[in-house]
Amino acid sequence: MALTDDTLQERLEEQFEELDLIITDANGELTVEVAAADYLEFCLALRDKPQFQMEQAVDLCGVDYLDYGKEANTPWIGQRYAVVLHLISYRLNERLRVRCFVEDDDFPVIPSVIEIWKSVNWYEREAFDLMGIIFDGHPDLRRILTDYGFVGHPLRKDFPMLGNVEMRYDEIKGRVIYEPVTIDERVNTPRVVRKDNRYV
Amino acid sequence: MSNDASTASGMSSSEIRNFTLNFGPQHPAAHGVLRLILEMDGETIDRADPHIGLLHRGTEKLAEQRMFNQSIPYMDRLDYVSMMCNEHAYVMTIEKLLGIEVPERAQYIRVMYDEITRILNHLMWLGTHALDVGAMTVFLYCFREREDLMDLYEAVSGARMHAAYYRPGGVYRDLPDEMPKHKPNQWRSEADLKAQNVGRDGSVLDFIENFTERFPALVDEYETLLTDNRIWKQRTVDIGIVDADLAKQLGFTGPMLRGSGVAWDLRRKEPYEVYDKLDFDIPVGVTGDCYDRYLVRIEEMRQSNHIIKQCAAWLQQNPGPVISSDLKVAPPARADMKEGMESLIHHFKYFTEGYSVPEGEAYAAVEHPKGEFGTYILSDGANKPYRLKIRAPGFAHLSAMDEMVKGHMLADVVAVIGTMDVVFGEIDR
Repeated sequence: MALTDDTLQERLEEQFEELDLIITDANGELTVEVAAADYLEFCLALRDKPQFQMEQAVDLCGVDYLDYGKEANTPWIGQRYAVVLHLISYRLNERLRVRCFVEDDDFPVIPSVIEIWKSVNWYEREAFDLMGIIFDGHPDLRRILTDYGFVGHPLRKDFPMLGNVEMRYDEIKGRVIYEPVTIDERVNTPRVVRKDNRYV
Repeated sequence: MSNDASTASGMSSSEIRNFTLNFGPQHPAAHGVLRLILEMDGETIDRADPHIGLLHRGTEKLAEQRMFNQSIPYMDRLDYVSMMCNEHAYVMTIEKLLGIEVPERAQYIRVMYDEITRILNHLMWLGTHALDVGAMTVFLYCFREREDLMDLYEAVSGARMHAAYYRPGGVYRDLPDEMPKHKPNQWRSEADLKAQNVGRDGSVLDFIENFTERFPALVDEYETLLTDNRIWKQRTVDIGIVDADLAKQLGFTGPMLRGSGVAWDLRRKEPYEVYDKLDFDIPVGVTGDCYDRYLVRIEEMRQSNHIIKQCAAWLQQNPGPVISSDLKVAPPARADMKEGMESLIHHFKYFTEGYSVPEGEAYAAVEHPKGEFGTYILSDGANKPYRLKIRAPGFAHLSAMDEMVKGHMLADVVAVIGTMDVVFGEIDR
């Protein structure tokens, strides 16, 4: 990723002057934050404009910012869910990360980019399954990784790591049944934020 | 199913001949726990709907609750036939966030073990793919060589598969000076023992060099069994054709993309570690069918062997440290820890609390045997990742199942599953 061309940022700023983009360059990677309203149009331009040619969506994932900064006592303000998209241009050998915050925290809906990149099909299904983000326009938005009939979205920060139900075979009923979990979560190492002076 | 088929074939063509066929999740050709719902028109596939997640272990959720180093062993268990490559992507992402340098010797060791892993993976793929398509012998041949490579894993890490050998800042330890030998026992004759211990008299590097001498002839052996084999070609040529544009659209990477004629390899295009100093070629296919992908992977094994040879030669000449000397991210030497107060503190903090990674995000990808394996880490400055996303190549490949098998016969589904090189550890995560 080190090869991302330095002019990509300039090209983005030039092309999308009217959009309110937030571009950050960190660790040699370029990240663009785009408003949900412009998301679809922005992605389409990234694929089709000759100066970007982002031919492939390498990855798409959902992020839940609920607990972000909790340990450092700087609670997260702003939308809770974001969709992070990693794009690659084979012709220009460039990568770009696009982040789009989802407007509504209670019912997160974002347009699907499946018409632009077919490869996001399962990634969007996964983000729906694990994070509960709804992709408007996705033709087949079913759960993908969790069990048939699963309740909840496991990668949300308010979903317990142990889950809510456990499963066992019931001799009397002669089938597998679900019950509330009976074990307690144990934290061996607390989550801490240390100011590290090497990075100041 | 067979009953339905026989009654259906007796029907006149105007009657509906559609079936829904459930394939797996326990099926010898499903490479694990793939459940496929196939909608068929006679013996032709109309639609394939893979149901995955039967091996979902929630690695990403678990990683959020663990210190960075504690998740390395989880990475081994993602794609459990190319363990070290998974670790590599993960530790590279952490290194990127921490901004630390890896000693050159560690980089060579990593590259060498990545390529050993690639051969390991491709041998597994070749054996099982051929087995599915009807060639039993290749499987036995491939597993013979896998044994040597697994011994190499064991020699450096103590584990044949789940090594946890790579660490942020380098690798866990240097290559041992002695290659372990098979020991005599009552079930092993003198002659067998001698044959099994070929090349094991010197160091691990000597054994690796011995292996690289032997291996090209062994690849020729596999090729004599398959490359011009009429049945093999009938089962793979023109099956599951994907052209270059479609391959990009569908998210293909690695041999799946190169088989379609796109000369794209992260080792060349975004060189990481020391790949830019090594000499190797990138094989590319033409038609994008199962046979081309087979040829690409066979050639990749030869190229990997060539890379291993170069790395081993370099490592013989250049001793040095194999892990970063930054005691915030790497443990101190055992002897120092026993004597020095500061080392003891570092050791204690490192193993109890881990290290805090600066706030930020990073994505690092390696050219994994199956394609682009990347991890995306979002850190809020804590000693655990805030969000870890694993980009597994097999996930994208399997999602193209429907596209690839549409219009093919049922038996070709098996060939397509084989050519995708699916491993459920990485797909279900």
